[in-house]
Amino acid sequence: MNIMTETSQEIKIALVGSPNCGKSSLFNSLTGSRQKVANYPGVTVERRSGTYTTKDGHNITLIDLPGIYSLKDRTLDERVSRQVITGVHKSESRPDLLLCIADSTNLRVHLRLVLELKYLGLPVILALNMRDLAERDGITIDPKILSRELGIPVVATVAVRRDSLDALKTELSQAITSLTPARDAVQAPTTRELQKQARRLSEVAIMSEGTQHKVTRQLDKILLHPFFGIIIFFITLFGMFQLVYFWAEAPMGLIEEGFRILQGFIAEILPDNWFRSLLIHGVIAGVGSVLVFLPQILILFTFILILEATGYMARAAFIMDRLMAMVGLNGRAFIPLMSSFACAIPGIMATRTIEHHRDRITTIMIAPLMTCSARIPVYALLIGAVVPNKSIFYGLFGLQGMVLFGLYLVGIVSALIVAAVLKMTLTRGAAQPFLMELPKYQLPVLRHLLINLWERARIFLKRAGTIILYSAIGLWALAQYPKKPLGATEPDIYYSYAGTLGRYLQYIFEPLGFNWEMSIALIPGMAAREVAIGALGTVYALQGNEDQITQGLRTVIQNSWSLPTAFAFLAWYVFAPQCFATLATVRRETNSWGWTAFMTGYLFALAYSAAFVVNKATIALLA
Amino acid sequence: MRYLSDLDKGDKATILGFEAGRCEDIEFARDLEDRLLEIGFEEGLEVQILHEGPISRDPIAVRIGQMTVALRRMEACAVRIT
Repeated sequence: MNIMTETSQEIKIALVGSPNCGKSSLFNSLTGSRQKVANYPGVTVERRSGTYTTKDGHNITLIDLPGIYSLKDRTLDERVSRQVITGVHKSESRPDLLLCIADSTNLRVHLRLVLELKYLGLPVILALNMRDLAERDGITIDPKILSRELGIPVVATVAVRRDSLDALKTELSQAITSLTPARDAVQAPTTRELQKQARRLSEVAIMSEGTQHKVTRQLDKILLHPFFGIIIFFITLFGMFQLVYFWAEAPMGLIEEGFRILQGFIAEILPDNWFRSLLIHGVIAGVGSVLVFLPQILILFTFILILEATGYMARAAFIMDRLMAMVGLNGRAFIPLMSSFACAIPGIMATRTIEHHRDRITTIMIAPLMTCSARIPVYALLIGAVVPNKSIFYGLFGLQGMVLFGLYLVGIVSALIVAAVLKMTLTRGAAQPFLMELPKYQLPVLRHLLINLWERARIFLKRAGTIILYSAIGLWALAQYPKKPLGATEPDIYYSYAGTLGRYLQYIFEPLGFNWEMSIALIPGMAAREVAIGALGTVYALQGNEDQITQGLRTVIQNSWSLPTAFAFLAWYVFAPQCFATLATVRRETNSWGWTAFMTGYLFALAYSAAFVVNKATIALLA
Repeated sequence: MRYLSDLDKGDKATILGFEAGRCEDIEFARDLEDRLLEIGFEEGLEVQILHEGPISRDPIAVRIGQMTVALRRMEACAVRIT
């Protein structure tokens, strides 16, 4: 079979490698922004794919398989990787070629995976990544000897350097022109046997052993220090949340101003009819009040991406392990929980690195208590409205940032308590190994950071353009019709469908101090949390409250919500039952309606009780 | 008999073998040897304790070859050393 006869044929290359080998970085460099992230159907193993075209016109599809240490069936990642490589995966056709990436500074360990891959029947090319770091540490490897011994092409690479990428691409192009058809996989020897071979190989190919990465050694002395390490860890987290507020202020003001000008402009040029109302009160009030939070979300993601790219995230897991152990989890669970600060969905997906089912369930159950970025709009709006913008501690911290940090803290503490309770009851069982590599510290690559940030911004904007836009329009319609009867005294919206629905929901939410406007907003808030703000924007705009147009939602809330009501709404959102997307992810991840229902139920109960208690307590304090 | 879990910060030793059976929990011990091997523990290699966790000096970070691996003392008790 000669694949070359059809030039239009796509060549599929799978990237395989252990965690921390720089695989994602290499993938980003090869594909640039021509990549997309999706999931393998049925399981939530992330499928990253991208394309590039070779000089001689081949279209290459790259798929980035998850980072794995071996190809046993222990974790979902290992299973999916094995299925794809051996060609038995249901939705992914077998790749034509494997590009195995190994960390040059840690070759002995990574070679074992290369040896294991050779038994799977596909042609393999080995990229010795992080050549620059190896050189700096005095490690010398001879790719020629390695290539001869392994019987496969070997290229030394630095993921972010053009010249080394060109060498890799040339090697890949050559391999493509002489592709051999895939064979069936054969049984690989035991881990111990592979280890022995890997060790012999590395003894032959490594010319000089070098020393351990000096910067990493020095930095770890401080960052993993039993005292200073913890202080630095908390300062990092605290500073992160302060800056999310501080840096976002100016761009948010600009966006708000922009929408106000747009509303004013539309009011000028269009006659006063239903269409003008739809644009101003439905679309712009709804979508605009959510888009305002784009800067904060991007700043938070920037921090999380940097923590991951530098290697600090693994140190955070080390520092937190003992604390997590107290509630029956291990430090590894800290990483998915940390990602849940951005969004519970990637967080819940990241739990797949937790091999043990019970631990995984526990982590999934508490992930939504980590304050996700979709809650930032809600928090930011309410804090901005009811907490005075002043400095405390001699001007060091903003009070608003402190309150925000406090809300995050309440989420974290509740998560730990829920985990402890679960581990004592529903998910009781033995502890699980912690065992993880602490990767070398690395400077994040700006280009990769931007690619990832753009991906997050795109997802957020897409939601604003679809789900948030539709619910804003839907809510506008519900809130517009039917029109108020003759001689009515309340505002129009009170007599509309939305007003009626809100008044019914009022029976449930009244004990929490919620007004009917808030009760309405909670429904679309289930679709996505930040939509609740858009909904409030629409509802208040339609009340004929001209403040909304001239001064924004914040002022309206300042004037019309009592303090106990605002605090209860904040408390509600600390625990707020999940958005539908998260619940769908939980269903898919746990493969159980039972756990999904359990999560929904317990979060609703917590949210309701917390809002009730906060409301009553604030009333008592103010009396 | 000495095990990795007995060492203090700064101590060095050479790995002699693995005894996953020393863990009380059978479920926990299963795969532990394979996992230790996969992440880079191997007979004959030198290990050194680089860092200890803030509470009860647990977990520990050990240097094996060029890399640093974090593990709990509970897992380290399966690694027999000189």
